Amino acid sequence: MKTILGLAAAAIAFAGLAAAPLYLGTYGIGLMIGLIGYVTLASAWALFSGPTRFVSLATVAFFGIGAYTVSAFYESFPPLMVLGLAALIGLGVSLLVGLATLRLAGVYFVIFTFGLAELIRQLVTWYEVNITGTLGRYLFVSYGPEVVYWQLLVLCAVTFGIGYLIQRSRLGLALKMIGDDEVVAEHCGLPTARVKLALFALSSVIITLVGAIQAPRWTYIEPTIVFNPTISFLTLIMALLGGATRLWGPAVGAVPLFLLFEWLSANFPDHYSIILGLLFMAIVFVLPRGVLDFLEGLTARMKSERSRQAAGTAPEHGKGRLAEGEAK
Amino acid sequence: MKSLKDRLRLSTFAVLAAASLATFALSAADAAAEERKSIKIGYAVSKTGANAGGAAMTTIPNYKLWLADVAANGGLELPDGTKLPVEVVEYDDRSSAEEVVRAVERLAGQDKVDFILPPWGTGFNLAVAPLFDRYGYPQLAVSSVTDKAPDFVKRWPKSYWFLGGGRDYAGALAKMAAAQTEAGVINSKVAMISVADGFGIDLVNAARPAMKEAGLEVVMDRTYPVGTQDFTTLLKEAASSGADTFVAFSYPPDTFALTQQSQVQAFNPKVLYLGVGAGFPTYGRNLGPKADGIMTLGGIDIKNERNMAYRERHKALNGEYPDLWGSVITYASLQMLADSIKRVGLDREAVAKELSTGTFDTVLGETKLEDNQLRQLWLLGQWQDGNLVGVEPADRPGASKPVLPKKAWQ
Repeated sequence: MKTILGLAAAAIAFAGLAAAPLYLGTYGIGLMIGLIGYVTLASAWALFSGPTRFVSLATVAFFGIGAYTVSAFYESFPPLMVLGLAALIGLGVSLLVGLATLRLAGVYFVIFTFGLAELIRQLVTWYEVNITGTLGRYLFVSYGPEVVYWQLLVLCAVTFGIGYLIQRSRLGLALKMIGDDEVVAEHCGLPTARVKLALFALSSVIITLVGAIQAPRWTYIEPTIVFNPTISFLTLIMALLGGATRLWGPAVGAVPLFLLFEWLSANFPDHYSIILGLLFMAIVFVLPRGVLDFLEGLTARMKSERSRQAAGTAPEHGKGRLAEGEAK
Repeated sequence: MKSLKDRLRLSTFAVLAAASLATFALSAADAAAEERKSIKIGYAVSKTGANAGGAAMTTIPNYKLWLADVAANGGLELPDGTKLPVEVVEYDDRSSAEEVVRAVERLAGQDKVDFILPPWGTGFNLAVAPLFDRYGYPQLAVSSVTDKAPDFVKRWPKSYWFLGGGRDYAGALAKMAAAQTEAGVINSKVAMISVADGFGIDLVNAARPAMKEAGLEVVMDRTYPVGTQDFTTLLKEAASSGADTFVAFSYPPDTFALTQQSQVQAFNPKVLYLGVGAGFPTYGRNLGPKADGIMTLGGIDIKNERNMAYRERHKALNGEYPDLWGSVITYASLQMLADSIKRVGLDREAVAKELSTGTFDTVLGETKLEDNQLRQLWLLGQWQDGNLVGVEPADRPGASKPVLPKKAWQ
């Protein structure tokens, strides 16, 4: 029953969002493109990094691959095929990278993924300089921002669908175990490397598609534009703010942060960086496990307070993540 | 307890719904008509991020200076002689292509500004060009070097391109070198290095055929990655190549490093040509007399009193002289905009036509666009007695004679 209600609510929300271009102006659509883009990026990032707790800074590497694929092939193939091609290339690179690096742990993985974005940027630059002899590529498409928006929206819905299915599947359970203790998971007979690789590839393909869908907005594609490391950091901080282990966590982080950035860049264009930095610090210190977790902790505490008052006793309650049981 | 997760899920929807409603309300509220008391001018420019340095050199100070000049004048003048103050809407695009696109959408669709000034950089000007075109705003793309300007003008008839293309600059360099070779001042060998990024690639791709056509022999042609700071090997190779002409299509940090290291290595080509950064006012000031003879893109006519007066006003307002390439052109493009408004009013269609066809009196002197492009440019400049003077095109009024060979470093 609850599932049906949830699905119905999701369908209504999706329909409402899909109709947005009918009543929003151009700026509204642009805003929604940015918003849905970051919600999708953060959710895709959390698909892998949330349960496994492998912090990846490779977001922009795949995002840029998607954008470049489109700029290279948009004249030769129909748009959907170009997206398919981008997804394939993203898949190939992520499998290659995943195989080579997912055995790295902790901070080494973070450093590697950060380097990966730079590596791919330099490779693209090298190729363009030495093989094609130009750096910028022009990307003239005939469709407007609504199409970009709808494509992103579908991708976003698919991402949530995948996230939902994974959470209820054996794979989700396996991931949770890997995140909690990889050694134990391995001893229980879980194919940890394969599970991680599959998730990394899935998350990377979605990110690649976000880049591929958004690229036609910029007309001109060059490495410094599409391999902008800020995208990796923003995605990360958005997912962390909301809570990377929840299905809706990244969205809860992405929406307010994105709107806040928009407001800052309009109203405090000169102080944007300072405010942003302070904000990041605040997130890390005040909400290290995300807003959703914080809220749950808060409600749980209030409840136990109430029940304690009612019963006149002080029941021992675990702090924080108590509402996280998977029993449905 | 059991419905906690569902409640959270619903509240998430509420957040999403509220966000979309909020944007809806915002766009509706702005539609209310108002009596015209001001002229709204908006721009999005990189105040932070990777492009902030370039924007802070060529674009932002000139927007500020122009706005201050307009304010001091009592506002922008309309054809009937009345003056309206300018209301400025300013956004930071944070050096992100998606942000600059959205900011321009916001200026056009929501703030409904009368005119939009362009962002900094070739890539960003191209990113917003389709938007300027769709909303009918003239685009005074100054800080973008592109050979494709004629194609862009066909595609976006209200776009204007002010800084020429790689072929112009490389062609001017080749022409000067060929003339000096013919005069027997230098040999016909050229050593080139270029940064592996937009600017360097554009220029070197244009320079290869231009050098060949001018009868020059490229004996060294290497690229280096962005961020290179050690040029010892490249300079050694250039020194042993036997070329009298050394060309570096470089970015500011590389330009400064090359200047430093060629002094250390006593590398003394007869022609020393460096890229972006050699036209910064601080470059000439810091090097003092040692800068004499160094060549780069741009330059000015020091006998043009209006330009020299502009430079002083720029320093008075911004605390620093403008750079010697794009700055004065940025300012001149804004003067053209103001003059067009004065002649034909606020109708963007009419202003665009006036910009295409009119003749303007700006800090550059008499200025007129050809096929929506500014072609009266200083393509090659040389530091002479503390000034970066324009030497090519040699037949342009105000051109100085190149002084070669460059003296050895002291």
